[in-house]
Amino acid sequence: MAIGNTRAAALISEAREDPPGRERPLSPPGRERPLSPHLSVYRFMYTMVLSILHRFTGVVLAVGLCALVYWLMSAAAGESAYGQAAWLFRGWPIRLLLLAWLASYCFHFLNGLRHLAWDAGLGLERAQARRSGTVVVVLAVVGFVLAAWALFGSRGGGP
Amino acid sequence: MSLRSPLAAVLGRGAAGEGAAHWWAQRASALALVPLTLWFLLSLTRLPLDDYAAVTLWMANGTNPLWLALLLVALCFHSRLGVQVVIEDYVHSGALKFAALLLNSAAHLLLAGTGLYAVLRIALRGLT
Repeated sequence: MAIGNTRAAALISEAREDPPGRERPLSPPGRERPLSPHLSVYRFMYTMVLSILHRFTGVVLAVGLCALVYWLMSAAAGESAYGQAAWLFRGWPIRLLLLAWLASYCFHFLNGLRHLAWDAGLGLERAQARRSGTVVVVLAVVGFVLAAWALFGSRGGGP
Repeated sequence: MSLRSPLAAVLGRGAAGEGAAHWWAQRASALALVPLTLWFLLSLTRLPLDDYAAVTLWMANGTNPLWLALLLVALCFHSRLGVQVVIEDYVHSGALKFAALLLNSAAHLLLAGTGLYAVLRIALRGLT
């Protein structure tokens, strides 16, 4: 019995300590550890694209904040500054940017609702998540068309 | 060797060592942005955006400055949190990451402050 106990203790201590000359499979502190996101390990699914797009459109919208603040500042600065801003926003390059921001908003908004639903524990089944992804894409395309119509539509003058 | 128990070391901390505060803040600001952004965009579609007088009148009208201010704060807050996660995920070098996170916070604070200043100036114009 006593012999058996010491053997078991020896086995446990051997398992606890690192075997000499070998790395532990779990990385010890200080070693390079894999950091998220490691995208290359997953099989491709279109829902992945939606997830990546959510980030991408979020960053695009963060840049769009500058345009919003510029617009507000121009209005605060006075009529001539606002006229200059309105002229800039009417121009083709900025109007294309506005379209990109509006399209990004449509997608980020809709997919954000999807994320909020998930966070509430709704729609987490694989089939449901794929279906809601399709709905988001379809509605975002509708939003994109609406935004394009508002920006480049029949009025011609733009916003 | 630390004398803290493993439980004390881990209590209230997520994998990021920060807990769930960031996660909650992002969701809460997202919820706030649902009505605020819809209100803003719908208002824009009804405004003659080339007309300086009409636009500034709308900005100063009634509770509009309040909603504009809340929109700015929620947008900048939500955006800062989001870009922060992107930086944490893709910038791995310590010093560069620190600088990027600092710049991210500073830029969003500047945007929020500037936007609020503009809204206040327009809203208070009638009073001077």
